[in-house]
Amino acid sequence: MIEWFLHTFPHAQPLRGLAGGILIGLAGALMLLGAGRIAGISGLTARVTGLAKGGAPWPLAALFIAGLPLGALIVAALTGPIPAQFPTSLIVLTLAGVITGIGTRLGSGCTSGHGVCGLSRLSPRSIVATLTFIAAGMVTVALVNALTAGG
Amino acid sequence: MRHLIGLFSGLLFGAGLALSGMMDPARVRGFLDVAGHWDPTLAFVMGGAVLVMALAWAIQRRMHRPALCEEFALPGTRLIDARLIGGAALFGVGWGLGGLCPGPAIASLVFHPLDASVFVVAMLAGMALFRLADRPHT
Repeated sequence: MIEWFLHTFPHAQPLRGLAGGILIGLAGALMLLGAGRIAGISGLTARVTGLAKGGAPWPLAALFIAGLPLGALIVAALTGPIPAQFPTSLIVLTLAGVITGIGTRLGSGCTSGHGVCGLSRLSPRSIVATLTFIAAGMVTVALVNALTAGG
Repeated sequence: MRHLIGLFSGLLFGAGLALSGMMDPARVRGFLDVAGHWDPTLAFVMGGAVLVMALAWAIQRRMHRPALCEEFALPGTRLIDARLIGGAALFGVGWGLGGLCPGPAIASLVFHPLDASVFVVAMLAGMALFRLADRPHT
């Protein structure tokens, strides 16, 4: 079973994925049980930048957002450079950013709020949202790959 | 002082993103690339996170109030409408294009300042646009 998996998906990192996922779950648990709120990153970002009315207390949201790069820096210090391959086109990055900004506000959440916090709560809204953005992401990647392969 | 819980939560979240490989846009797009060389890592990340959070929700249901503040402030709406589905679909398109969602993009600001800030500034512009367009008609 394990050999089959490693052979079929040579680039997958299931153990690191699971370990990282558990940390993300603990982060969400801390926010929920300590501060009584959803660790939804798009919502907290909008709150910190004044782009959302109401929501979490500003210091709570700001400290959470500041913690994201700091937590990543700690992992980098302990385990070495964090691999990342960004899209090469700044136009693609810009377009992706604008669409992500509009979509996460219109749909009230992203991978953290709907995909982790809402899904685990079995919220019907979050289940629908998560299935929708994964499906839309898969279609988008397939279309982009088809277009770039043809061009 | 009680807001410090936000910092600890953010630290754990950022560490989880970095450890899990989710700060690599190519790996995230690999998960969405079901027709190509599919990379299931993201499913393990989500599985681990959802497992822990499901326990947290079970504990939450037995609590009268959060540990550090007066009351829970949780989404109560159950409405599944065009806003939810349209917004999630749009987000999915952006996610597929860039391989970035808001958390990894913000965490990446310290490692890839140029690329990450282009995405984050564009995302904030998108949020601002939405806010302008979504003003209630008077």
